Amino acid sequence: MTIKNPWPIYYKKDVITHYCPGCGHGIVHRIVAEVLEELDVGRRAICVNPAGCAVLAYQYFDIDMLESAHGRGTAMATGIKRSRPDLFVFTYQGDGDLSAIGTAETIHSANRGEQICVIFINNAVYGMTGGQMAPTTLIDMKTTTTPKGRTARVDGFPLHITDVVATFPGVAYAERVAVNGPAGINRTKKAITTAFQTQIDGLGYSIIEVLSPCPTNWKLNSIDSFAWITDVMAKEFPIGVLVDRRRKQADAD
Amino acid sequence: MSKVFMSGNHTFAEAAIRAGCRCYFGYPITPQNELGEYMAANMANVGGVFIQSESETAAINMVIGAASTGARAMTSSSSPGVSLKQEGISFLAGFELPAVIVNVMRGGPGLGNIAPAQGDYFQATRGGGHGDYRTPVFAPSSVQEAADLTAIAFDVADRYRTPVMILADGMLGQIREPVVFPDPIGELPEKEWALKGRGDGPSRYMASLILDALEMEKHNWKLVRKYEEIAKNEVRCEQFMLDDAEIVAIAYGTTARIAKGAINRLRKDNIPVGLLRPISLWPFPKNEIIDLTKRVRKFIVFEMSTGQMLEDVLLAVQGRAEVQFHGRPGGVVPTPIEFSRILYREYQILQKGRNGASHS
Repeated sequence: MTIKNPWPIYYKKDVITHYCPGCGHGIVHRIVAEVLEELDVGRRAICVNPAGCAVLAYQYFDIDMLESAHGRGTAMATGIKRSRPDLFVFTYQGDGDLSAIGTAETIHSANRGEQICVIFINNAVYGMTGGQMAPTTLIDMKTTTTPKGRTARVDGFPLHITDVVATFPGVAYAERVAVNGPAGINRTKKAITTAFQTQIDGLGYSIIEVLSPCPTNWKLNSIDSFAWITDVMAKEFPIGVLVDRRRKQADAD
Repeated sequence: MSKVFMSGNHTFAEAAIRAGCRCYFGYPITPQNELGEYMAANMANVGGVFIQSESETAAINMVIGAASTGARAMTSSSSPGVSLKQEGISFLAGFELPAVIVNVMRGGPGLGNIAPAQGDYFQATRGGGHGDYRTPVFAPSSVQEAADLTAIAFDVADRYRTPVMILADGMLGQIREPVVFPDPIGELPEKEWALKGRGDGPSRYMASLILDALEMEKHNWKLVRKYEEIAKNEVRCEQFMLDDAEIVAIAYGTTARIAKGAINRLRKDNIPVGLLRPISLWPFPKNEIIDLTKRVRKFIVFEMSTGQMLEDVLLAVQGRAEVQFHGRPGGVVPTPIEFSRILYREYQILQKGRNGASHS
């Protein structure tokens, strides 16, 4: 077997990662870099990276990047894309960024059908600040702010934001995937490729939710983290295509 | 271009379009709605972008996105909405991105009311958001000046790569006056720092996160050096009947117009009063005030607030002269008669003091 393209051109070389061992960000970063290259959009791409663990994503992506205030990524991406429709624009956001503090921006950018892609990393926890409850934290899951486990009565239920935006007519493509093993990683790459192609084709907004391991804050090793995604997290957040309106959007044009 | 009759809010919008602004993002709030409505009606005609955003927060972040690509971008709001924009203004300062923000002030705090006020002076001139930064602030007092300062604001924003605020109030937003617009500017020079995809060059990023404290300190001092340049070059003020003035009023925006009315009344009776009108609120015309303290014994600060610019005047005067204050906060618009009475009373006290001194 020969390995084609062993190192993606839009992924910086010789950088020591700041992500924890077993973290899913590195996997998704690599996938994004590969897809940018395969679809040949890296030269005209701008990534809006979040406040959260991926705030340092510009250390790894070798494309133009704009840091966002916490939660505001899709508003900034809107400004970039509307100002320069010829650019390829995507956000990379975590669950706290996208579905807590940035809920309004997420909902309305999707509802306007902005021609952007959203890569949504769901690890059910606030990673960078040390493991607090996220909107996506599962019921009974222990975090530093739900020390006895999340209870619906006090904290509400896990928020399925991707399912919400998938109901909007302006959303061309929404899929939930997981980086929980080789099959999941392959499927994630396929999903991100579909999302990026959707923007290239001018068909509207796309969002890929990636269930992603956070061994440090889950207090699990990396193998058990993969298993936990499969056995527990994916039961709450089922894997699959949530909506595909690409054909419909193309017909509308 | 010939003279047209326009409201302040429409004028801000038209002047911005003529200054090359092609991206406007805003959220409705009184008393500045006409600005966004004008943009909605006219941006498309020039190939520009208008978005009614879901919030003022989203609007300022759309501005950041557009500005990062090198576009001339603008948002506008009124007091409560401008509070929501402060996070984004801090990021603009941190990123060193140019943008223009118009605040058509109303009474506050809280929702307050929709009447003209000047209660956001501190917020505008002290940065407003978190962190160590300053924002140039221009305060027009007529519709013509609204047009002129909007063009200047975009130039200053680009020149220094900084957010610039235009601080108006509900009176100026709503008032209609004759105005002559400058011709639309032509092609703007390319901004070589803008994000436009790496192309064949090296990738770039804009980040305000600087985890190394020493590096962050360096960035802060770099911003300070820029602010010092702005303070040196961008001070603007009007001196009105100051040559022989024994009492000097200091007021900006709508309040300055009212003060001029008061001064005109008193001058008919040969009362030697004048006005210093700061046009740039930051940088503040401190040196002009210091010069005046060499011969003027008394200043009276008029504001439609409880006394905010007053603090800048006190900092400039440094006890070298007497400073009085008269403010009408909460959306009350004072009258020229009201100001003229205060100026006259203070003039009498000054005269009495002089006479008293000569008798002792």
